[in-house]
Amino acid sequence: MLSFALIILASLFFSGLIVRTKSICAGRKGPGIFQPLKDVRRLFKKGTVYSTSTTFVFRIAPLIYAASVLMACACIPFGGKPGLIHFEGDFVFFAYVLSLGKFFCIIAALDAASSFEGMGASREALYSMLAEPAFFLIMGSISLISGHTSFVDIFANLNSYDDAFHIGATIVMAVILLIIAMVESSRLPIDDPKTHLELTMIHEVMILDNSGFDLGLILSTGYMKFAMYGALIANLFLAGPLAMSIGIFFLVQAVCAIAIGITESFMARFRMNHNPEFIFSVAAAALVLVFSIMQFS
Amino acid sequence: MTLLSLFNVPDRLSWWFIAIITLIFTAGAFYGADYLKAYKQHRKELGLHVFWYLLTFASMILLTLTQHAVAFLVTWELMALGSFFLIIFESWNSDVIKAGINFFIQSHISVVFLTIGFLMMYNKTGSFLWTDWSAYQGPCGLPFAFVCCGFAIKAGFVPFHTWLPVAHPAAPAHISGVMSGVIIKIGIYGLLRSVMIFNVDLVLAGKIILAVAAISGLYGVMMAIVQHNLKRLLAYHSIENIGIIGMGIGLGCIAKGLGMQEIASLAFGGALLHTLNHALFKSTLFFTAGNVYQATHTLNVEHLGGLLKRLPLTGFFFLVAAVAICGLPPMNGFVSEIMIYLGLFDYLGQASILSQVGAVGAILALVMIGGLAILCFTKAFGVVFLGEARTTLPEHKEFGALRIVPLAILSLVMLSVGVYPEFYVQQINNIMPLFGCPEIALNGTIASIGRVSAIVIAVTALLWLVRRLATRGKSLETGPTWGCGYTVASPKLQYTATSFVKTYSKLFNGVLKSGFLEKAANAYVRFTSKFAFLQNGRLQSYILYGIIFIVTTIVLTLVIC
Repeated sequence: MLSFALIILASLFFSGLIVRTKSICAGRKGPGIFQPLKDVRRLFKKGTVYSTSTTFVFRIAPLIYAASVLMACACIPFGGKPGLIHFEGDFVFFAYVLSLGKFFCIIAALDAASSFEGMGASREALYSMLAEPAFFLIMGSISLISGHTSFVDIFANLNSYDDAFHIGATIVMAVILLIIAMVESSRLPIDDPKTHLELTMIHEVMILDNSGFDLGLILSTGYMKFAMYGALIANLFLAGPLAMSIGIFFLVQAVCAIAIGITESFMARFRMNHNPEFIFSVAAAALVLVFSIMQFS
Repeated sequence: MTLLSLFNVPDRLSWWFIAIITLIFTAGAFYGADYLKAYKQHRKELGLHVFWYLLTFASMILLTLTQHAVAFLVTWELMALGSFFLIIFESWNSDVIKAGINFFIQSHISVVFLTIGFLMMYNKTGSFLWTDWSAYQGPCGLPFAFVCCGFAIKAGFVPFHTWLPVAHPAAPAHISGVMSGVIIKIGIYGLLRSVMIFNVDLVLAGKIILAVAAISGLYGVMMAIVQHNLKRLLAYHSIENIGIIGMGIGLGCIAKGLGMQEIASLAFGGALLHTLNHALFKSTLFFTAGNVYQATHTLNVEHLGGLLKRLPLTGFFFLVAAVAICGLPPMNGFVSEIMIYLGLFDYLGQASILSQVGAVGAILALVMIGGLAILCFTKAFGVVFLGEARTTLPEHKEFGALRIVPLAILSLVMLSVGVYPEFYVQQINNIMPLFGCPEIALNGTIASIGRVSAIVIAVTALLWLVRRLATRGKSLETGPTWGCGYTVASPKLQYTATSFVKTYSKLFNGVLKSGFLEKAANAYVRFTSKFAFLQNGRLQSYILYGIIFIVTTIVLTLVIC
């Protein structure tokens, strides 16, 4: 319960923090930290336009996407305290329920009969397929360290090691998880959410035909997804009494948001054909991590 | 010995398969009754078709009942014959005959393997009864390998899979559904039985099965993605799912051989449950593909599109089955996959370091299969049922109840496995004593999966309600799709199936174009063509060959004995 509430709370400012970091780096005045929330609120008040090509799939997809991310958030524990949902193998459920949301986003994009949206759908399907092994490798490696197969047991037993190897491994995991979060949320260097050319978009182009409440739901779900990955990373570092771990939680979330903001300020988007290579190398790094944990722990 | 005494009272494993076979054959019968209305003018063929359908059904039930090697081979042959005639229903079409002959030859190679394996065991034990074989303590690795190859051909493991993608598109839809749903599962049944019977090094056998299965799974789905014939795409997916089932069996063997009983339960349980699951969603998919074919007279996905508006129920059930086959919650595929995942992760925690590498490989294979399946089925569903029609398709109304009700029942069973897996896992637990494995705990993960799957549906419904309330009184308009400034949109501008998987096929070109089987086959043909001079067409030469053969046989017998 605690982690779910904290994720929702963190999602309120996560996206705004990225935007703020970017505007500071660019030397602009920029919008306030709560501007993304205001945008969503405005969208929730609007009416909806559906394309005549679409079917019920297009109308139900945003709901399933939001539901899938909510369910995934509910799986995340808070240190030793379990999330709303916890059982052996819950991280498999976490990954698969997120895939359910993606599945419906992809087919909804194909439902609009638009060439651009199909392009985004194809890329989303491919990149998330490539990124999935990296996530499972990370989970496999921390389940190896802790000897457990559910989020809460894994994270509860993770912090009992404090030698240099394990601390190093934890930091590598955090970085890889952050990169996975950036891939899954379609941020730089994979995808540029601020680009104005549909040909180079991934996530943004898939939702070209969504409007009103649906668009607001998709955007707010995206913010939640960010905070969810941030919470996952935070779990690697949680320690000490409750007040301190809540402090660490928000600190990690802020660091993640600022890291993404800085990356986006100083990096250009990859060319599309470099993306698979990039994601493969992330998975390869995760594989190296797993093997070194097998060897040394 | 009477004929009846060759067949036993079914044990729990037989019951499990009998239940699956009966369910799918019944659904196929109702669906097929309506599907075959399109072939009214072929009265004679229709009568025979029904006969072969029932014969195949009966022989499959008998197969699960016998524990006698010869009786097994005879019923196996009956089943192979029956399914051959089922496949070549459209016998006036030469492509169908070609695919049928291909199937016929390959299923007889499978019989040859089985016969050799069974005879070797008879030599060792002097008995055809499997109960005597399982009591035999000597080494039986070689007969086990032969028998496994025989079953692998029927199940469609790589590299024995080549008949599958040819036979399925040739058969009528209800036969494809039944064939992919249950007939190939008889191979799985045989594999499970042999694992129980033969006294082999289970760890080694398990490792080989796991590796072959992982390769089958990956290869199947990788090939499926680039197929443009809807039924061939589904056929390749059968290879993928057989791979997933095989991974469960392989892991189960390893774990049992090493004495890790709980992991073995999860792995065998996952394999058994996935057998049911695959039967359910694959037959649903083939039946819906049949609807698509009869409504549009094409299976080429590039010509289709927007069918959800014409065939809403067919499309809906295709979507349900597609979500299930991708292993996504809240449907049934997820339950069996998570059981295999859990087995693999538990094994990873306990295995020796070299086996850990294998376990990581298997987990990665399963993850990749899941991701690729999503790519494949978003393509299949999106291109066939969504968007706008890519060519002018004939007008067609939704099909009648005789086709829709079987689909609805199969989908309901799928959902019931997803939200109440305890019932099905309980049935599997009853089988576990046959493997010498403990029961799978029902109140832990299994129950939780059921509950969270229900919650996923509930949360979606809740969000729908919220949207209803939030958008009440707001405007709701429809208009053309946003063309990004371009206003003369046409269905031709849509993303096609080819373009959807373009990046993927470039990325995996090496695997897709490798053609490792074609290369091996060509090398074999080149080698054998060196002996073509023997086939000179002169009768005298053939008589000479016969004499040489007889003399050699006699001389060799005298020399050896």
